[in-house]
Amino acid sequence: MREEIMAVSAEALVGEVAKLKVLGYRLVTLSCTELDASNLDILYHFDKDLGLKHLRLTAPKAAAVPSISPVYFAALLVENEIQDFFGLRFEGLVVDYRGTLYLEEEALKTPYCRFSLRSADQREGPAAALDAETNHPNAEKF
Amino acid sequence: MRKTVIPFGPQHPVLPEPIHLKLTVEDERIIEAIPNLGYVHRGLERLADIRDFHQMIQVVERVCGICSVIHALCYCQGIEEIMGVEVPPRARYLRVMWSELHRIQSHLLWLGLFADSFGFESLFMQFWRVREKIMDISEATTGNRVIVSVNVIGGVRRNPDPEQIRWVLAQIDWVEAELQRLEDTMLEDYTVKKRTVGKGVLTRQQAYELGAVGPVLRGSGVAQDARQTGYAAYGELHFEPVVETDGDCYARNKVRFRETLASIDLIRRAIHRLPDGEVRTKIKGIKPPQGETVNRVEQPRGELLYYLKGSGQKTLDRVRIRTPTFANIPPLLVMLPGHFLSDVPVVTLSIDPCISCTER
Repeated sequence: MREEIMAVSAEALVGEVAKLKVLGYRLVTLSCTELDASNLDILYHFDKDLGLKHLRLTAPKAAAVPSISPVYFAALLVENEIQDFFGLRFEGLVVDYRGTLYLEEEALKTPYCRFSLRSADQREGPAAALDAETNHPNAEKF
Repeated sequence: MRKTVIPFGPQHPVLPEPIHLKLTVEDERIIEAIPNLGYVHRGLERLADIRDFHQMIQVVERVCGICSVIHALCYCQGIEEIMGVEVPPRARYLRVMWSELHRIQSHLLWLGLFADSFGFESLFMQFWRVREKIMDISEATTGNRVIVSVNVIGGVRRNPDPEQIRWVLAQIDWVEAELQRLEDTMLEDYTVKKRTVGKGVLTRQQAYELGAVGPVLRGSGVAQDARQTGYAAYGELHFEPVVETDGDCYARNKVRFRETLASIDLIRRAIHRLPDGEVRTKIKGIKPPQGETVNRVEQPRGELLYYLKGSGQKTLDRVRIRTPTFANIPPLLVMLPGHFLSDVPVVTLSIDPCISCTER
């Protein structure tokens, strides 16, 4: 990649993002890629005067990542999208669809991951509660 | 006052494609809008797992029919960058010509739909009548009207002859004359102004901080357009973005109308400077893409971003697509509160929502 990439930790992420906002950067988007069975690679793309800058976070699938949507409201859709497709949890999302922006509540697969299933304990809300009670989301229908 | 929740979409006369906005209203006034997506999501990015990097061109062209050529251009430029392929100059200029033809047909489609959203159906018909001429040019120069499939890794697939080029120039002269005839109605008519001026206002600061792109960003006074980066041949054509400052639906309408005329001018300049020579660099024998890149181009609706990652295999590790409508939804959520329910169709259409792109 031609542009500068800066590696960040989950703890330092929100602080670095807030610094970029103060410097006048616009959030372009996030790109998530599955690295292996337990890790994801997230690139945060920012733009200023047509120049790009990227932050790179390597996140374990099982751990939650702090949401940057309180800093950049524009991140809310893409973070919810990553929750749906990769099963990663974002903490502090301004509007949290809890994995149902694209998927149905009973969906168990994280469709953009080769290695993982979305388990009930990774989710919160009605779908997880239903799983816990019945062990099958459509149990009543059978 | 009691609050009421009203669903806008996913099926609504003003929406050509399904998106759902959950509108919370007090009386007739909107106080909150929450979007719901996923009615037609296709998961096209995952096809990169099974389609090789050449076949992915056909996949990304189907992300959106209205701007298929620009999706393919962004993807091909990214792969060319990773593989170190140099595109012949003639191909770079032809890419500009077809990109701008796509921008014109997309803007004309939108101008018609926008007029229809406030009930001006004869204006809708006029814009779509003019648009047909652009579709004819696409068909004559590429063989297809919508998904034109001209971009390949290393250049373009078609090479119009001088007679065809002269014919294209004559056709865009006709389109320009017809648009100038419609300009007064679209930009000065009482009905149009009454329904659009002061509606859906997005300030310059809001547009920037909310990540708005394209005519939504430029209609709020930010002079930013990915074509300024000079990709393809834009860097040699002295491109200047079209900017308006009021930030309302009328300003976004004006940006798109003026951009249509600016695209005609860009096509003329690209054709006048069109170099002779090859239109495609052969890439046989070069190793499959290894590395990662971010590529940006300007779609009719705004900045399009592709993140591509390959590890030297025929299939890519990741194709990530950020479409402009996806970026313009958060600004829409800020534009709607405070407006009457009757303004929702106009304000929503003012971002030129492409759900096909969003639900890639």
